[in-house]
Amino acid sequence: MTGLDFSVVWENLPYLWSGLQFSLSLTAVGFAAGMVLGIGLALLQHLEVPVGAQLARGYVALIRSIPLILVLFWFFFLVPLIAGALFNRGRPIPIGGIWTAFITFSLFEAAYYSEIIRVGLRSVHKGQYEAAKALSLSTYKTYRLIVLPQVFRVTSPIILSQTIILFQDTSLVYVLSLTDLVGSASKLAQLNGRLIEMYLTVAAIYLAICCTASQCVAYLRSRTQIVTRP
Amino acid sequence: MFNVLFEQGSDGRIYLLWLLSGLGWTLSLAVLGWLIAFVVGTIVGVGRTSRNRFIAPASRVYVEVFRNIPVLVQMFLWYFVLPELLPAAIGTWIKQLNPPWGQFFPALLCLSFYTAARVAEQVRAGLEALPAGQREAAAALGLNSRKTYYLVLVPQALRLIVPSLTSEVMGIYKNTSVALTIGLLELTARSRQISEETFQTFAAFAAATIIYLLLALLAYRLMLLIDNKARIPGTAAVQKRTNGLFAQVPNGAG
Repeated sequence: MTGLDFSVVWENLPYLWSGLQFSLSLTAVGFAAGMVLGIGLALLQHLEVPVGAQLARGYVALIRSIPLILVLFWFFFLVPLIAGALFNRGRPIPIGGIWTAFITFSLFEAAYYSEIIRVGLRSVHKGQYEAAKALSLSTYKTYRLIVLPQVFRVTSPIILSQTIILFQDTSLVYVLSLTDLVGSASKLAQLNGRLIEMYLTVAAIYLAICCTASQCVAYLRSRTQIVTRP
Repeated sequence: MFNVLFEQGSDGRIYLLWLLSGLGWTLSLAVLGWLIAFVVGTIVGVGRTSRNRFIAPASRVYVEVFRNIPVLVQMFLWYFVLPELLPAAIGTWIKQLNPPWGQFFPALLCLSFYTAARVAEQVRAGLEALPAGQREAAAALGLNSRKTYYLVLVPQALRLIVPSLTSEVMGIYKNTSVALTIGLLELTARSRQISEETFQTFAAFAAATIIYLLLALLAYRLMLLIDNKARIPGTAAVQKRTNGLFAQVPNGAG
């Protein structure tokens, strides 16, 4: 084995940074869109909306039991067909890997966030709903002002943990040959043959980011605990 | 729709056999990986609660490292990087392993050690949920530290955490698909191959999806069965507290 030479990493730092930026933006979009959709899916189930509740349950169960890579392949194949059927009179619209990744992560993470929110909704005390009803708040206001804020408070550590997992999962867009952090490193590794240095650097970057975020989870957990009287 | 599965593929076998051989690799990765992860995870989880000055921090470092690097990157580290870092003779021997074994073993190690870190955290949560009286009673009976864990604490902790281990079982069986990135032809890889050869993408992916769904259902049922058998009578409240996902949510029913 020849000596390790990390200078190649240093020289290509801007390229790795652009890869990391893509990973981060994928995480941000997956988080934002996933949360919005996830809250919707959870509320459909919690309010027992006819048909909607069953569809939401089926969707969540389906997405949660197949691997993300297979979901990525599915969407890479399906999204152009669906977009074509909707906007282009049935002819598929070539949509590219980047858009596929954004759409997939939004829809995929929605299933996971919705499970967290759903369990959070169940943990809100019955008296809270009754009190809102006694004040004659509408269903919308009950959830918006009374229930969801409490749900966010108790679930925030778990939501952040899930977001860390989401950030790690964005590395799987490698199978669509996109240039995220892992993708940029593997492309550089193929160019200059410095595979070991590249992958070790990437591992260190992920480790640093995710460890920091894990500390935030621990901090959130201690801060958001609702102290209940026995 | 699934007629394509009975056509002959480029290697002379019908596509259904391709899927089944992929399923075989997926299952062997998941089952063997889970066994290793369970054993290693339990040991590290015990280490996390140890009062030893070296064991506790070492277990913590293990968990942080293996939990905070994406599976894909760990897969690359085991497959590409480890053989280069080992002494040349061993490294070359590993690289010359015949496929699929050259891909199977790195994938197995990767999934096992990654999942073990997650199992360790569940085991720790289970151990911490046990009342202090258990440890004290063991001490009063004169059991040493090893026997306290082996005979008293670990058996109870494991029985408590079966529900949260279910999600780790589901996790490892889904993560087996990451092995396709280093060239192991497991279920997802096989379904993509079929779609590339036949252009019947829908049928190929649907077949794989159905198999994954059935597997998930099977794993879930199996864990439910184990949970029912292993549950400690009268500990429903403790179980609620340690339910992994919702460790710190206050109990609704007041």
